[in-house]
Order: sequence, then C-alpha cells, then structure tokens
Amino acid sequence: MTEMERDRFRMLMMKALDGELAGSEHSEFENFLRTSECAEEWAQFRKVKEATMSLKFATPAPEVWDTYWTSVYNRLERGLAWLLLALGAATLFAWGALLAAEALWNDSGVPLLMKIAIFSVAGGFFLLLFSVIRERWFTSRHDKYNEVIR
Amino acid sequence: MNTSLNDDDLILRAQRGEKEAYGLLVRAYMQPAYYSALALVGSHDEAMDLSQQAFIRAWMAIRKFEVGRRFFTWYYRILRNLCLNRLRDRASQAAPMAHFDHVLDVADDEQDPSLEADRALLRDRVRTALGELRPEEREIIVLRDFDEHSYAEIAELLECPLGTVMSRLYYARKHLKDLLEDLS
Repeated sequence: MTEMERDRFRMLMMKALDGELAGSEHSEFENFLRTSECAEEWAQFRKVKEATMSLKFATPAPEVWDTYWTSVYNRLERGLAWLLLALGAATLFAWGALLAAEALWNDSGVPLLMKIAIFSVAGGFFLLLFSVIRERWFTSRHDKYNEVIR
Repeated sequence: MNTSLNDDDLILRAQRGEKEAYGLLVRAYMQPAYYSALALVGSHDEAMDLSQQAFIRAWMAIRKFEVGRRFFTWYYRILRNLCLNRLRDRASQAAPMAHFDHVLDVADDEQDPSLEADRALLRDRVRTALGELRPEEREIIVLRDFDEHSYAEIAELLECPLGTVMSRLYYARKHLKDLLEDLS
C-alpha cells in the first residue's frame, strides 16, 4: 500500500468509526478492508472507540449549576473592584512619591550627591518596572507560540 | 449548539451592557464550557474556575463579537487558551498532571456480571490512558466521542480544516491504542 493510500484509508477509517462516511466512501472503505493489514487496524481502532464510548464525564452536583452564574457575576463585580482599587492605589502612590521627591529636593540638610543617588535609585527602579511590564504585555499579545505547551 | 436568533438577541443586549442577558447566555453554555475545560485540565475545580474566567473575559470583549457568528465557537477559543496556559504553568511548576479517575464515569448501565470485571478493568485503563495523552489529543477525542460534535463543528472550534481534524483524531486514537496496549 502506498503512503497516499494509507492516508486515505486512515481518513476513511476515522469517518467510518464516527459515522461520517458519505455514500461512495462506504464501498471504497470496504475495499480497503479486504487487505489483512487494514482489517486488523480497523478492528483495533473499533476497540479503542468502544472503550472511549463506555465512559462519560461525571456529572457535578446540580447545585453547581444553580450557583454558576452568581459566581461569574460576583467575579465580574470583583474585577471592577480590583481595577478601581489598583487605579486608586497607583494614583495615591504617585502623589506620595511626588511629594516625597519634592520634600527631598528642597531639604537643604541632604547633600546634593545623596539626592542624586536617591533619585537615580528611584528612577532606575521605575524604569526596570516599566520595562518588565511592557515586555510581559508585548509577549502576551504577540507570542505566536503562546499556545505551545513547553 | 447553533447560534439562534435568541443568542443574537442576547448578545446584542449584552453588548449594550445588560448583564441579565449575558447571564442567560452563560446559563445556556455553562455545561459545555465546563466539560470542555474538564477535558483539557482534568480537574473539577480548575474546570469550574477556568470556564468562569473565560466567561468573564468574554464579557469584557463582548463588544468585539460579531453578531451572527456562533457564540460558543468564539468563547471556546478564549477558554482553550486559558486552559493551555494553565497546563503550561502546571508543567513549568512540575505540578502533577490531573488524573481522570474522578471525573470519568461509566456511560452505560448495562449490567452483565460475567463481563463486569473485564469492563471495569478496561475502563480503568482507558481513564489512565486518557490522562496520559497530550492535552490536544485528549481534547479532540473528547470533542468527538464524549461531546459528540461533528467533524465540521470540531473544525470550526479548533480553527483547522476537516482533513486536519481526521488526521489529528487518527493520531490521538493511535496514541490511545498504544497506551492501552502498554497498560495491558
């Protein structure tokens, strides 16, 4: 049997297992089954199909479905709450940081070199944070291997 | 699972911000959503969490949805990505893969005492083997044999041609067959 015929047989075999054979494909498939190699593979795959068909997913308790939408709704609301909380916290933090920076800059007791060092550390920290966030965001949007399980 | 006029109406209302309408959509699709997630991650709690999370993401993007398309097909892509990401995280944390022993049940109630022991053994093997398949292999077997989707529906859900559906099914079943032979 050529590779092309084998591929054709496999395709017909899947259709036959799943009841998707079209009219003329029945006789084509039966012709394949005249060879022992195909008949043997067909018998093995039928057993596999029977085995999977003997199982089904366990049904969860009915109350799971009764509370399903409520749970989605609550999580939707909480999502909004988290967003507001994060926005508020970020604004407060930015405002506090600005005040602290202003106070530090105007404090004559701190040497200029120390002021520059503190601003460098803070500036470096925020640049790193921004870079990591941007990289993560960009990767999540553009990674074509996103669905590949590594 | 066809998109009906009712679905379109609910989606239009959801796009206007009506959560009640979206709630009806969620109730209509929560069961296939849950079972689809279960097929991929193999754990009740995670399937519940991920299917709900996907509904939340779908709600946030509902304005981008083109009315007239099948809602579940669109939703399924969101869900599938979430599940595959969860599996990837699990693999990177070396967490144990889920077992399918507790989420798979017996489909028929036919009781023949003389065959029951053999059948029980075979079912145990199938459960174990299904758990050992790659998620994508398990997914396509579940879509066909458990959820009984047609090839055309599977092609739409997985965004691939019909020929690819048959080819993936063949290799998934072949792998399952090999695993079952190893187990016996």
